[in-house]
This record gives sequence, C-alpha cells and structure tokens, in this order.
Amino acid sequence: MWRAGLVFGALIWFVSLAGLVEALHARWVVDGVVSAGQVLLWGVVVASGWVGARRAPGALVSRLGWGLFSGATAGFCLGLLAWLGGQVDLRSVFINASPVLFQLLSAGLQPPQAWLAAVLAGSVLGLVGAAGAVAPKGLVRPLLAGLGAGVSLGMFQELVLLVLQPEGLAAVREWLFVASGGPTAHGVGAVALASAAAAALRPALSAGGRTVGLSFRAGRVLWIVVGIALLALLPVAGGPFVAQVLVLVGLYTLMGLGLNLEVGLAGLLDLGFVAFFAIGAYTVGLLTSVGQHGIAHWSFWAAVPVAVLVSLVAGVILGIPVLGIRGDYLAIATLGFGEIVRLLVLSDALRPWLGGSQGVLSIPKPVLGGWELSGPQHLYYLTVVASAVVAYVAWRLQESRLGRAWMAIREDEDVAEALGINLVSVKLLAYGLGAAFAGVGGAIFAVMVGSVFPHSFQLLISIQVLALIIVGGMGSIPGVVVGSAVLIGLPELLREFGEFRFLVYGAALVAMMLLRPEGLLPAAAQRRELHAEESGSALQPWAVGAGGGA
Amino acid sequence: MATATLQRPRAPRWSFVDAFLWAFRLVVVVVVAWGTVGTLRLGRYTGEQWLDFFVFGLAQGGIYALIALGYTMVYGILRMINFAHGEVFMSGAYTAYFVAAPLATSGFLNRHPLLSLSLLVAVAAVVSLSVAVLVERVAYRPLRRAPRLVPLITAIGASFFLQYAFRGLFGSGFKAYPEFELFKGQWEVFGVGILRTQAVVLASAAVLMFALYQFVMRTKVGKAMRAVSEDKDAAALMGIDVDRIIVLTFAIGGAAAGAAGILYALVFKQVHFFMGFVPGIKAFTSAVLGGIGNIPGAMLGGLFLGVVESVGPALFLDGLGIVAPYQLKDVIAFTMLVMVLIFRPQGILGERLAAKRA
Repeated sequence: MWRAGLVFGALIWFVSLAGLVEALHARWVVDGVVSAGQVLLWGVVVASGWVGARRAPGALVSRLGWGLFSGATAGFCLGLLAWLGGQVDLRSVFINASPVLFQLLSAGLQPPQAWLAAVLAGSVLGLVGAAGAVAPKGLVRPLLAGLGAGVSLGMFQELVLLVLQPEGLAAVREWLFVASGGPTAHGVGAVALASAAAAALRPALSAGGRTVGLSFRAGRVLWIVVGIALLALLPVAGGPFVAQVLVLVGLYTLMGLGLNLEVGLAGLLDLGFVAFFAIGAYTVGLLTSVGQHGIAHWSFWAAVPVAVLVSLVAGVILGIPVLGIRGDYLAIATLGFGEIVRLLVLSDALRPWLGGSQGVLSIPKPVLGGWELSGPQHLYYLTVVASAVVAYVAWRLQESRLGRAWMAIREDEDVAEALGINLVSVKLLAYGLGAAFAGVGGAIFAVMVGSVFPHSFQLLISIQVLALIIVGGMGSIPGVVVGSAVLIGLPELLREFGEFRFLVYGAALVAMMLLRPEGLLPAAAQRRELHAEESGSALQPWAVGAGGGA
Repeated sequence: MATATLQRPRAPRWSFVDAFLWAFRLVVVVVVAWGTVGTLRLGRYTGEQWLDFFVFGLAQGGIYALIALGYTMVYGILRMINFAHGEVFMSGAYTAYFVAAPLATSGFLNRHPLLSLSLLVAVAAVVSLSVAVLVERVAYRPLRRAPRLVPLITAIGASFFLQYAFRGLFGSGFKAYPEFELFKGQWEVFGVGILRTQAVVLASAAVLMFALYQFVMRTKVGKAMRAVSEDKDAAALMGIDVDRIIVLTFAIGGAAAGAAGILYALVFKQVHFFMGFVPGIKAFTSAVLGGIGNIPGAMLGGLFLGVVESVGPALFLDGLGIVAPYQLKDVIAFTMLVMVLIFRPQGILGERLAAKRA
C-alpha cells in the first residue's frame, strides 16, 4: 500500500515525459480553466489515493490515511519532476520535456512553493480518491458518470460541434461552447449533472420500466431500431470526416469478425492475418485497376467475389502447413507467413506484376446503377452492408455444428478429435472463412484508398485486429464491433492521441488480460469459463452467466 | 503443466495434407538446389567474397545467439514465448546511447575504448535486465495459472507498449551510435582480412556465451534454474524458491539481450525504437532451430541462422535470376522459421521438451 504512491508517481513521470500530458494540455475541458492534461495528472493522483486506500487494511480512518499518504507521495514525485525540469536540461534526452510541460507541472509557481503545493494538492486529491474507495457504490457511480461525461464533452468537442452545425442548433452550440474554443463552465456542469442524475436514477428507471410492462424483448427491439437509425444517419449528420472514420471502423470490424472465427472460436492464434486483407485488396486492385498493373479492367462487383475466393483459398493453403502446430508456435509461424507475404510483395523481384513498393494505382470507384460510390459517405453504406452480411454469416456459423466444433477444438484438441471432429477440415474451414472475411475488408479498402501498396499491410494491422477482438471480448460478435469502435474509432476522433494510440493499445492488451480477460462485451461462454475459479461452487458460474447474459 | 500426451498413432493412409507438406519440402529443396547450382555456375562471387559473407553471418549470428539465450531460458522454465524479449534487447541499446553520445563528444570513448565498451555493455545489460524483470512482474507473473493464450497476448501488448513508450520518450528518429576509432578497418587473421567490428562482436559474443553457459552449468543458482525447468513442483519441494529463480532467469536473459544490443549497435551504428522486432523474431528462430530450452542449441541456432541469412541470398537466389536478392534476406530467415516449426519443432539438437508440445 505504501508502494501505490510511488508506482503512480512513476506513472506521472512517464505520461509527462512521453508527451501525453502536454498533448492533452492543448485541449480545454472547461475553456480557460481546466485542460485535459491537468485532468490526466489529477486523475492519476486521485487513482493513487484510491488504490492506496483499497490496499490498506483496517478501519476507515487508517484507509483514508493511507489514501492521503499515497496521494502525497504521488504529488511529491510530480513536484520532483517539476523541480528537476527547472534544474537540468532534460530535453536533450527526453524530447517531450518542454518548458510548457514544466510550466504546467509546477502550476506556474517557483521551485520551493511549487513542490510544497504539489505535495499538498496530492494529499487532498489522494484523500478524495480514498473517499471514493470507501464511499458506497451508489454514491460513487453517479459521480464518476458525471465526471466522465463532463470530460468527454471536452474530448469530443469537434464531433459535438459537427453535430450542432445546423443553424437551428446555434443557441445550444453557443451555450455549450465558447466561440472557437472549449466548452463553457455551465455547459460542462449541465452535461455532468445530467449524466450523474441519469446514472443515479438508472436502477429506479429500469425497475419502473419493468412495472409499466415494457418487456425485455420489446426493449431489445427498440434498441435495435434506434441503432439502425443511428447507423444510417451518423455520416449524414457528421459529414465526410465522421464517415471516413466509420468506414475504417467497418473495415476493422470485417477483419475482426474474420480473426474472431480463428482466435475467438477455434483458438488458433493467427498473427499473419493481415496477409489475407492484403490478398483481398491486391486481387481487387489487379482486376479493376485502369493503371499500369491492371490485368482485367473488371468492375468492382465482379472482382469482389473473386477476391473473396482468392483469400479463402490462400487461407486454406497457408493453413495446411500449420495444421499440426499449436499455441504460441502457431502464432509465430503465422507471423512468419504474414511477413513473407509482405516482403515478397514489397520486393523488386515481383515488381513487374505487383508494382513493388509503389503498389497498384488507379483503382476506380465502384459504380452502382450508373451512380459512382465515390466519397466516404457512399463507401460507408457499402461497408455497413458488407459488415452486416458478414456479421450475420459469422453469427450463423457460430451457432452451427461447425461453430460448436471450433469451440471444442479451442478447449481441447485431443478431446475434440476423440469426439469425432475432423480436425483437418474444421481447422482449414476456420482459416479459409476467416481469410475470406478479411478479403471482403481488403476489397473495400482497395477502392476506398484507390491504390494498394505493401506499406498498408504491416504486422501492426494484425496486432490491432487482435487487440480489438480481445478488448471487445473473444468469441463475441457485438464485442468485435465495440472493440473496433473503441480502438479504431476513438483514436481517429481524438487527433492528439494519434501518436499515442499504439502505446494505449499495448497497455490495453495487458490491462484487459489482467483486469477483465473476458473483454468489454463478452460471449457468455467465455465469461463463465474465465470466472469459474472465482465462484466457489461448481454450479455458481452458470448462475452468473445466466444473470449477466441478459 | 504436466500433461502426459499420448503419442497419437499415425494414420497409415496418405492424406492430402501429407502430400501437400511433401510438395512444400520438395519445392524448397529444388529451389535451393537449383539456385545454388546456378550461382556456382555463374561464378559471380570470388572466394574472398564468400568468406566475407560467412564472417559477417557469424558476427550477426553471435548477436542472435545472445538474444536467443533469453528466449530459450524463459521457455525452458515457463514454457512461454517472451514476445517482448526483442524490446528488452532494444531498450538496453537505446538507453546506452545516452551514455555513448556524451562519452563520444568528450573524447573519452576513443581514449579508453575498451573501458567505454565495457561501460556501455554494463549500462545496457542493467537497463535490459530491469525491463525484463519489470515485464515479468507486471505482465506474466499474475497470469501464471491463466490459459496458455493469455500470457502470449500480454506479451504482445508489453512488446507494443515498450516500443511506443521509447518512441514517446525519446522520439521516432534513428539515433546514430558513435563509432570507435579502434574498431575501424580490418585485422589480418591467417592472411585473411576481417573487419575489426565483426571480430570484436564475435569475440565478445563468444566470451559472454561461454560465461553464461558456465554460470548455468557450474553454479548453484544455475543448478536451481535447471531444476526448475525440469520440474517446478519437484524443485519447490527441494527448497528452491521458484519465483526467485524465474525472476533470475528473466534477469539473466535480459542482461544477455542488453549486451547483444550494444554489439548490434557496433555493427549497424544506429538505434531506433523499432529495432528490436526483427532481431527478436530471428533470435526466436535461432532458439527454435537449436531446440528451444537448450542453451548450446540456441548458440548453434543463432550462428547457423546468421550464416544462412548472410550467405543465402547470394547462394540460393542469385542463381535463379532474381532481381535484388538481398531484399529477400528476411524471407529466407522467415521461411526457415516456418519450416523448422512445421517439420522439426524440436530443433537441431532434438530437445525433448518441444517434442512433447508440438
């Protein structure tokens, strides 16, 4: 417990020197008063108090005391960094150790006072965190919801402003935001209050809904209708930028659905998955391009089935040699295949056919009934339809005999084989179908960018797809969508994060596995399995699964 | 995990999978043979050039071997691939740059080259060791009883995190490592000119590997490590603190990787936040090639991979009339990786551990 403060102090050093604090400092949460960078720093100190209090044993007072101590330690570390930045030129080593950062850390004060202020503020914030740890959940949850909503308003101000663009909403816009600046204090306050109230009233509301007779099924239908309407209207309301982000989310969803068949259902960890995305994209590129490397000048619609077929065959062909490999050896072998494909495409040896590092250019946009799907807003609908179709196929597969067979080999290959499952065909189907899904994504990617080159198909993409299905919840189709919205959509919307997104991915992979291995929206089976150990009796996991599966 | 897998009786019939695998083997053998014959008939390279390739391959292989030690030792004990090991290697070399650069500007580096080199190796080894131990503590230890896939995923996450943490802290550009005046030019050994850098790298790698091997085989701690890798539970019953030995294994593997990082910087003269990825994969290939869990195997595998990778493009691909064969250097390494995993997962030295798993 005494270590909490030091660990969080180190975290403060890291986020400051890695440039995260300064990048976020450029964004107002309340215009002219609080920046997102400050919120991050304070948040870390509060968290140290929270953890310190949670780890501490004993009575209320002692826990509060430990929280205060942790916060003070974290504040001390912050002050130390601020002091050090004034004494030594850290910038020759740490590129982000700028004067702006130290100005922010010392809150504009001179060294001795600044340090004292940091320790004092740290104690207070630590005490706040500790209070949060000991207070009843019914009180803390609405507070957190309010804070989260208030900060989100600042973080997503561009998006909110885009939605509030129409003239009729000018009054709301001006009330919430300073002209060409961040949110106003009363705007943030109102949003925070509203969501805190909603969070506080949620239990009462849902209970009320049940008494009125709004059945579970009706509620579900309502949600689906609202969801479809939102999906259809979002790009219209948000404009081309939002549409572009949503197309990316859709493409990653397609890949995620494919990899989900392999990793989530069949337990075959594939790190070379991007190869199939590349194969789909290159097939469409070569078949439709009107440039130098085009071989057929087909239309997009004729090329897509071929691309899917080629990816499927490629999935099976790359699957055959690795049939006998399991676990982490499989991950490395597929990683090797993915890199081989990329390096071959990139090489000068295949340049006459695939264009080497320049790639295949001049891929025409798809034409539908004399109407060209050119901008991201048009391609968005193509992506949504494709994702919906693929998600439906994935859902049916999951519930089928084949899906059961996949889950069986995920749990234990030997037992599955003993039960009469043909490992060869079942595994090859997983590779083939997963690859085919990625091929659809690749096909759309090719027409979206208008050209394909090897640099778009780095290992990074495979890792991103893996990260999104893990964050979403392995083996869960809604999880894939949520994962790609969170990991692909959010960083695109938060421009400052651009540089740090991979840092966050790495941390998210580790943190998810440590704290919530089943993901954000888990499949029921996974949740039961992963929490089976925590519940005492053998029966309990089922009860948990049934209760949480709603 | 003590899973006693029964040896599955091979189905006698000739399935299409076997046919495919045989075809795969045949294609590789034919390509290699054809290319070799073609190259030798062309006679484009002199004997001296081949020797250069070979020595360069050995030097590179020595670096791979040092990194591979970390993979193989961790695998021997925990049966897991420490995917972040390439980043452990990177972190040492990268951090030591901030010692090397001031040493070079002050002139100390060239006044006392051997002292500076030892200092740099020490710094890199300490940093890599700390990073390796930290990764073990945060990403692996809490998950020791989790399903197999879970630690692999955290390893990938840790590797990513480390790469981009270094990028965030120190920037995304290449940093030029200072050069040692002493190591420029060539030495004549038996009438053959060998680049000094490569000789130094090879010699240091050999010394370090010898020392490590002696440590593992001769000391009490080394014995405890071997005992834990043999059977964790039995070792614990014999009074060995298993957790401590695991941390120690990560530490030693990390230190070796840090030293390898300095040698790498000597050869390639630059560092970058992404530099750990490819050597990491290749070192893993070396470890598997030699038989994972087997320390002499990792050394042998590293040297072998280094030589094949350096001689291979000229020997196998030039004769096929392929344009710019050196771009395909990594393709050769990755193909070898895949082939070993598929056809001989137990590696050259036939480690019994791996045979049980694959």
